Amino acid sequence: MDAARFARMSQLAVTVIGPDRPGIIADVTEVLAQVGVNLEDSTMTLLRGHFAMMIVCSGPFEPVKEALEPLRGELVITVRQMGPETTHAPIGAPYILSVHGADRPGIVSAVTRMIASVGGTVTDLTTRLSGALYVLTAEVEIPPKAELEMLQRALEITADELGVGVTLRPAESDDL
Amino acid sequence: MSLGHLNQTLATWSPAQLDLVGDVLEVIRAPHPVLATEGATVDPLDPVMIALAADLVATMRVSPGCVGLAAPQVGVAAQMFALDVTGHPKTRTCHGVFVLCNAVVLEASRQEKAREGCMSVPDLTGDVKRATRLTVTGTLPGTTDEITLSTDAFEARAIQHELDHCAGKLFLDRVAGAHAIYPRQVYL
Repeated sequence: MDAARFARMSQLAVTVIGPDRPGIIADVTEVLAQVGVNLEDSTMTLLRGHFAMMIVCSGPFEPVKEALEPLRGELVITVRQMGPETTHAPIGAPYILSVHGADRPGIVSAVTRMIASVGGTVTDLTTRLSGALYVLTAEVEIPPKAELEMLQRALEITADELGVGVTLRPAESDDL
Repeated sequence: MSLGHLNQTLATWSPAQLDLVGDVLEVIRAPHPVLATEGATVDPLDPVMIALAADLVATMRVSPGCVGLAAPQVGVAAQMFALDVTGHPKTRTCHGVFVLCNAVVLEASRQEKAREGCMSVPDLTGDVKRATRLTVTGTLPGTTDEITLSTDAFEARAIQHELDHCAGKLFLDRVAGAHAIYPRQVYL
């Protein structure tokens, strides 16, 4: 390997999606380790049976792309260079948002739009479709200036229109 | 408060006291509006409600693994539930089988997180924080006396789960975070 190329380490975003089978994580991370990648934050889950993983790591862009090439085919793999980190302090207190009801288009957009309209931000979100039941659970931060009661009312009205139930409650954390 | 001390009226209660054989009813699944409807308070002496109590016990009995069933789960938006956590490995204090009407929490403390499921949400489970020490009041069907019950561990969790149903809520409204809902795992 070309030492000069190794020197150009940058923060990379790697995504891997494809049909699930045992060993995908082992295969991907083994290849990354071989080209000197340091894994930072990552998340992996199954979405309706599809393997889905996102990794933010630091490593050399071109060698990472080349090393992952043999795994492409069954897996859809992307590698991108990221800009500088954009971590920021929380914009407000954490809340947990739960929405569930009959599945229909537009639930996620309508509910998250309400959060955004008061300057709130979603920090984590999952949705599941289970038969006819659609379930959304999100962790959100609400800025202190937001009118919480107004937001609750607006969420309830939106939920009524969509025919779903919504709950927004403070996220509890126990510091030990 | 003497925790773990059984309420004898409740512990010795039996569905035979209803003097009725309950029907096995269909268990309603989410999303159904009745599961999101706040239950009405009930008249424990109303023959219709006594029959419902018998039906809840009968339906709970034939459902494998079912430790509690609330009226909204059989399509009736009413504040009544049947419970029986007998033999469950997480049970400590145990009042056996009972049905409570119009139950209200008086005291709840010592929150702990655990994974729960629900017959009305059969394909998902979720991590929910609930009190492990609980005191509630309520009325047995066919009676007028309000009784007070103190319990702990799994019986406390199950009662709170059923009280949520009576208020039109599901465990999905209380899950601990964005990654706290899981597809139910079934090994073949």
